[in-house]
Amino acid sequence: MTAAIQFDQLRLPPECEKLRDEVRAFIAEETEGGSIKPTGATGGDSFSREFSRKVGAKGWLGMTWPKKYGGHERTFLERYVVTEELRVANAPTRLHFVADRQSGPILLKYAPEHIKMKVLPAICRGECCFAIGMSEPNSGSDLFAARTKATKTDGGWLINGTKIWTSNAHQADYMIGLFRTSAPTKENRRHGLTQFLVDMKTKGITCNPVYQITGHHDFNEVVFEDAFVPDDHVLGEIDGAWKQATSELAYERSGPERFLETYYVLEELVRVLGPDPDVRGAEGLGRLVAQLHTLRRMSVSVAGMLHAGKEPVLEAAIVKDVGTIWEQRLPHRARELAAFSEPEATNQIPFDKKLAYATTIAPKLTIQGGTTEVLRGIIARGLGLR
Amino acid sequence: MSETSAIVAETAARIFEDLADPQTVNQAKDESWQAPLWSSLEESGLTLAWVPDTLGGAGASLSDGFEVVKVAGRFAATVPLAETLLAGWLLSEAGLSSPTGAMTVAPSRWSDELKIDAAGVLTGKARNVPFGKSAEHIAVLADGPSGPVVALVKLSDVRPSDGHNLAGDSSVEIAFDKIKAVAHAAAPAGLDRQRFMLLGATVRANQMAGALETVLAITTRYAGERVAFEKTISKFQAVQHNLARLAGETAAAVAAAGSAADTFANGILDDRFFLEAAGAKVRVSEAATEGASIGHQVHGAIGFTKEHILHRFTLRLWSWRDDFGNESDWAVRLGRMIAAKGADELWPLVASR
Repeated sequence: MTAAIQFDQLRLPPECEKLRDEVRAFIAEETEGGSIKPTGATGGDSFSREFSRKVGAKGWLGMTWPKKYGGHERTFLERYVVTEELRVANAPTRLHFVADRQSGPILLKYAPEHIKMKVLPAICRGECCFAIGMSEPNSGSDLFAARTKATKTDGGWLINGTKIWTSNAHQADYMIGLFRTSAPTKENRRHGLTQFLVDMKTKGITCNPVYQITGHHDFNEVVFEDAFVPDDHVLGEIDGAWKQATSELAYERSGPERFLETYYVLEELVRVLGPDPDVRGAEGLGRLVAQLHTLRRMSVSVAGMLHAGKEPVLEAAIVKDVGTIWEQRLPHRARELAAFSEPEATNQIPFDKKLAYATTIAPKLTIQGGTTEVLRGIIARGLGLR
Repeated sequence: MSETSAIVAETAARIFEDLADPQTVNQAKDESWQAPLWSSLEESGLTLAWVPDTLGGAGASLSDGFEVVKVAGRFAATVPLAETLLAGWLLSEAGLSSPTGAMTVAPSRWSDELKIDAAGVLTGKARNVPFGKSAEHIAVLADGPSGPVVALVKLSDVRPSDGHNLAGDSSVEIAFDKIKAVAHAAAPAGLDRQRFMLLGATVRANQMAGALETVLAITTRYAGERVAFEKTISKFQAVQHNLARLAGETAAAVAAAGSAADTFANGILDDRFFLEAAGAKVRVSEAATEGASIGHQVHGAIGFTKEHILHRFTLRLWSWRDDFGNESDWAVRLGRMIAAKGADELWPLVASR
């Protein structure tokens, strides 16, 4: 009877705690200055050039990347601390978050040197926003059904087709898109897709807003009509994208953003329940805190295992599965627990406001970046079932 | 896990594999397998791992002991190994030597009222004492005239009630009707009911995490063997998703229990240990509820039979939820602590771990 699931008992090292103090001091300053609004709920989803530039100036973007690309050669654990503190503060990180977490690492791995020298430093300065061009009208979780085409032309490729549900596309500088360069083969339906770096200012690209149930504009439909992408913007192997971008997934799946996206509701719930809650409120709160603590320990442990050069693929997928379901249920649990709170409570208004927002964004949490259903398939594979 | 902990865990696992294989134990006509298992555990020093050699024990580290406890959970063997470890620790803390043989502990319930006078005479009642019928001694943390006192009582001096938990392991009520302790000493500063319950909760949480690991392992294996509708049931998405959820619950249990053990082993005993231990007992118990029911669902009718080993794990998972504070109890205590500290202190506490 061997244990298939492993969580090393990592505690963040002292340099991380020193950094945490710096990040908290910065957050306090920014709250004072008004760029972080503790009473609002939408902060974490806000796009702020000024704020992202400040985070860049602090040296907290591209933290793990080589210095020659503007990075800071710090550890993934240090990056973890910055991510969780900014997330908990609900800071406006939308501009830089995707670029820092996943687009930059893809460029580092697959882009030619001169592109890296140009784009990566801009990400590190907090001046560069990325979108991810994966989903299409008839291709969501089934990535390999993508049909948007890249056709070879002189010195590059012409893109034609439509991407959809593309977050940030209307304000992004670049997209990393997945386009069809060949038909799939009989033996391998995953064959024939290639990753490209696309400058969003390219002629022939149109972004049409798709409004979300929150009322916000985040999604877009991105239409490509003979949009030209030069040869040196191909990322990795032509027709072989399916072999790429799997190693970084463990980082993407297990980070603190996979369970902290609605954290502000929990904090506000503590205020609504007050210092001496009844048994029902205390039990509900205690369970939520126990669950949150457990998730964070799982997530920190995965970060530690990645840092140590291990490949905790199964554990990382589990963190996202359990974590996103938790953060999705959190507003509903908080609502139930606050059902008997005094309407006159001083913080009822911020609670209601935050709860309303968290409730409306909750459905996306188990869809974005790999649905629950897809994740469970990955976990099942990790268990050896398929 | 340190190298010594890994060796200790391996030693324990080998003993259990040889002498308490769940399949063999499940088919045994009587309990005669328990004696050789116990003597082997005792000979290798595992039962008194948490007792320093000056007090008659093996003097292993706290982490080593937690590994042993987790392995014991993986085998769901019905010997009071975890209880003896805990009793040995309690006695050692008060500077008392541990006797040989199996021990158990009290209290395992918050509601127990146990008092001891200056002469070492115990009064009060302990409920749901695990293995109270089969152990030889019980280590008791009782309220003395000037603070908590640790006492050692011979179980032949008291008359335990009949009683057992869902899995049939003895779980008894013991009335201390002016019973003289064999030995007693004041508990050191800081060792009160709460700290003892937190440690008990951490121990049970680790046994439960071990049991859940086995439920996941045997359920995954079964799904890969059982054929229905002309394919192994592991090929059905609904079954895969159930197993993925079971893996998630097991993962949460393993992470939470291991983290609490690691915290205690590192001598952290303040609010951080409270969060870790109470949090672990809450989360692991929730995982036990979810995990055991998925294990049964995937196994179908065969898992509901005496003949199959699944019940050895699920029945204990359900029972262990109640020892050393159940999840509702700890959740209320944790929730009250968080509420009293206030919203601004929540994240700093969580992030401190």
